[in-house]
Amino acid sequence: MSEQMLAEQQTLIPVYALMDQLPETEGPRPESPLCHADLASLAEQGSREGGVRLQEQALLGHLVLRGSLQNESFVQGFAQVMGMALPGALESAAAGDASVRWISPDEWLLIVPGKQAFSLEKQLREVMAGHFSIANVSGGQTVLVLAGQDAVNVLKKSTGYDLRDRNFPVGKVVTTTFAKTQAVIRRTGQQEWELVVRRSFADYVWLWLQDASAEYGLTVTA
Amino acid sequence: MFSIYCPYCEEHREEEEFHAKGQAHIARPRDPESCSDKEWGEYLYFRDNPRGLHHELWVHAAGCRKFFNITRDTQNYEIKETYKIEAEPRITATQAQ
Repeated sequence: MSEQMLAEQQTLIPVYALMDQLPETEGPRPESPLCHADLASLAEQGSREGGVRLQEQALLGHLVLRGSLQNESFVQGFAQVMGMALPGALESAAAGDASVRWISPDEWLLIVPGKQAFSLEKQLREVMAGHFSIANVSGGQTVLVLAGQDAVNVLKKSTGYDLRDRNFPVGKVVTTTFAKTQAVIRRTGQQEWELVVRRSFADYVWLWLQDASAEYGLTVTA
Repeated sequence: MFSIYCPYCEEHREEEEFHAKGQAHIARPRDPESCSDKEWGEYLYFRDNPRGLHHELWVHAAGCRKFFNITRDTQNYEIKETYKIEAEPRITATQAQ
């Protein structure tokens, strides 16, 4: 190997694949895993009455952050870039358009507007050092928001987790079973819940939610 | 249906979120190359099957996905304690006797 090639190799460090998944330029068109359901059209023609409202927050930027709370640059770097602290067990935090969920003792799920994911990942990598990882999993999952007076009744059919106020206050987040799959469930309001579901299970969850909310009346909102 | 305490989520969860993964505290030999066939075979395949207290490895598969340990009574299925993966059990068979 020539000296020039060696020098080139050394400049490649650190080695990680950082890709803008929603580039401004012409390219592959991003699609939500529920794009076949055409929720936008359903929102226009759907009934305006019902105990449950469902909204897909499609094409957001999902970043999985892993690192130790003992790693100062990880903890403080996150606070510096995102303007909020990493939440503790089963808690979530939000600042502006961004929100972060505790999903494991060394793992957090950060959700930001789709177009910001690339630049935020770059900024986070600049301030963090040591042993950590950031993975852009935006294409692998989607966010569904379930709201309304009967939203909790739909959830009660879907998960064995205790949804009562004393066990599940606003802001709490749990990863648990949901129908025959799993979801990251976060309570965002007294009558509002956010589900993060896997891409491959999104259609199943959509069909399940239609069935489970039929008796209360389901309204799809844009 | 069990309600199992996850030491990482720090709360009780439904049994269906968990999977059992067999006997706990099985240390991999530091130098596998110098093991005899008997030592390596016992490490790989031989497990305790006690009547009474048993330390087991479980995983919170549908929750935080962390592995942890459970001390369980195999006679009445009672869960005595759950503890983090690096911790030592507080309840052991020698204590109980």
